[in-house]
Amino acid sequence: MTNSASHDVPPGAHPSAGRARPWSPSALELDRRAYRRSRTVRSAAIASISTIVVVGVLGVVVTTSSGWPRVQETFFDWDKAVASFPAVLNGLWLNIRVLLVCSVLITALGLTIAVMRTLRGPVFFPLRLFGAAFTDLFRGLPLLLVLLLLGFGVPALALDGVPQEAVFWGCAALVLSYSAYVAEVFRAGIESVHPSQRAAARSLGLTHTQSLRFVIVPQAIRRVLPPLLNDFVSLQKDSGLIAVLGVVDAIRAAQIETARDFNFTPYVVAGVLFVCLTIPMARFTDWVARKQGFQGGGLV
Amino acid sequence: MSLLSITGLRKTFGPNVVLDAFDLDVAAGECVVLIGASGSGKSTLLRCVNLLETVDDGVITLAGQDITDPRVNPDQVRARMGMVFQAYNLFPHLSVLDNIMLAPVRVHGRPRAEAKAAALAILERVGLADKTRVRPDELSGGQQQRVAIARALVNSPELMLLDEVTSALDPELVGEVLDLLVSLKSDGMTMVLATHEMAFAKEVADRVCFLHGGQIHEEGPPATLLSAPTKERTRAFLSRFVGL
Ligand SMILES: Nc1ncnc2c1ncn2[C@@H]1O[C@H](COP(=O)(O)OP(=O)(O)O)[C@@H](O)[C@H]1O
Ligand SMILES: [Mg+2]
Repeated sequence: MTNSASHDVPPGAHPSAGRARPWSPSALELDRRAYRRSRTVRSAAIASISTIVVVGVLGVVVTTSSGWPRVQETFFDWDKAVASFPAVLNGLWLNIRVLLVCSVLITALGLTIAVMRTLRGPVFFPLRLFGAAFTDLFRGLPLLLVLLLLGFGVPALALDGVPQEAVFWGCAALVLSYSAYVAEVFRAGIESVHPSQRAAARSLGLTHTQSLRFVIVPQAIRRVLPPLLNDFVSLQKDSGLIAVLGVVDAIRAAQIETARDFNFTPYVVAGVLFVCLTIPMARFTDWVARKQGFQGGGLV
Repeated sequence: MSLLSITGLRKTFGPNVVLDAFDLDVAAGECVVLIGASGSGKSTLLRCVNLLETVDDGVITLAGQDITDPRVNPDQVRARMGMVFQAYNLFPHLSVLDNIMLAPVRVHGRPRAEAKAAALAILERVGLADKTRVRPDELSGGQQQRVAIARALVNSPELMLLDEVTSALDPELVGEVLDLLVSLKSDGMTMVLATHEMAFAKEVADRVCFLHGGQIHEEGPPATLLSAPTKERTRAFLSRFVGL
């Protein structure tokens, strides 16, 4: 490879191919970058200005309305908020513990049911039937009814060795109901993985279970992460329903605080705390999805 | 004037400089074949031309229009070209006919009846007139690739970009796709295609370009370049293909 032979090579070509050549962006490229930057700045400016205007107008309309002072007093009373905060926070701690324990159990049970429903072959008919019956039943039954049946019904049987605590049965009801939903989310994810992936896994000699575990389910989970998060955020709020069994969670604590003077601020405090709990969860799933979701799709 | 003109094109992925001061001109009606080792940037070049990647520097013009200008609408530019991928990339949820009719109806705003007639005519041409209603995964690889070519052709593109369109096919099916491309070429379609089928390159190419080091390392008419390459790299690459 010599330079004398390079008469047919376009200008700028270079026999020592593969080695990095010094490069600095051309004037045209700099111009394009400047243009793209100006478009980004413009869109950001339009977005921020319109947001500020909308929020500002809403704020003015609400705070200048004739009923605002009364609303402010009943819902946004700072002193009341500070006073009720410890009790509500204490209640929230119960929600968090219920949420943590239940989400682990729900994920496990939901995934198990989903896998049961995807098993092929007549041998697995009973399992498929059980999976289908389970989802049909617990998706259909109102959560409140399951809570009451388990929370008051089972302890009333006074069976030996069966726990009596309300929290235990409350969690059991949440797990049963939510597993039915989550199982369907997982099943949709499993079925969305292209059959060629299963074929490739089986062709390597992986068993059905191994293909599910190492190939299909990891891809499925990545796809269903956002709807799963949805279910867990919903669970976080429904975890408050176990209050009907007599335990004190954040909402129940707020209710007790409110009952003192009919000021609803504690509810707002609980609401803010719930939102604060959800946001990190949402950012976490975004992060996981981004980290795993590299598709290399270029521009489009 | 050339239909497609690429000047000083640069494309990097992180530290990996894939195309570096790359130049290529394609005249209307010309068929340019890109060859080169795997990873030499053939697909990247075609994706840049189709505006599926943002270039890091350089200019690509199509019929005189600078398509790398961020002010142009990339959708409108893409609608003027047809691109065919190695893995067919047919839409599995649509029938063969609907795959072909999607762009004429949704992008080019043609009436359904007219688009259907055009789709049927093009399916006739690629020899799949009896497969209009089936789903892509019920077709063989060669048939799927012919549908993909039909899907690109139905919009009467000014330029066809074909990326190793026969690489996923077994040799028996390669022929049917290559025959189709030969007939396209004789109709005067401008084509840029990446391939490892040297015999085919010999048959359809007006010019063969060997990509190496982010540039066209050597180019020439197929008879010269494939049989008597002047450069060592090109010779080394071509020596791996028997029967040239
Ligand atoms: N989306 C991407 N992200 C990072 N690197 C990429 C991407 N696409 C291609 N590359 C890299 O660019 C180089 C050229 O790839 P490609 O154009 O596909 O080569 P060819 O089609 O000639 O085999 C390779 O080194 C490849 O790893
Ligand atoms: Mg490629």
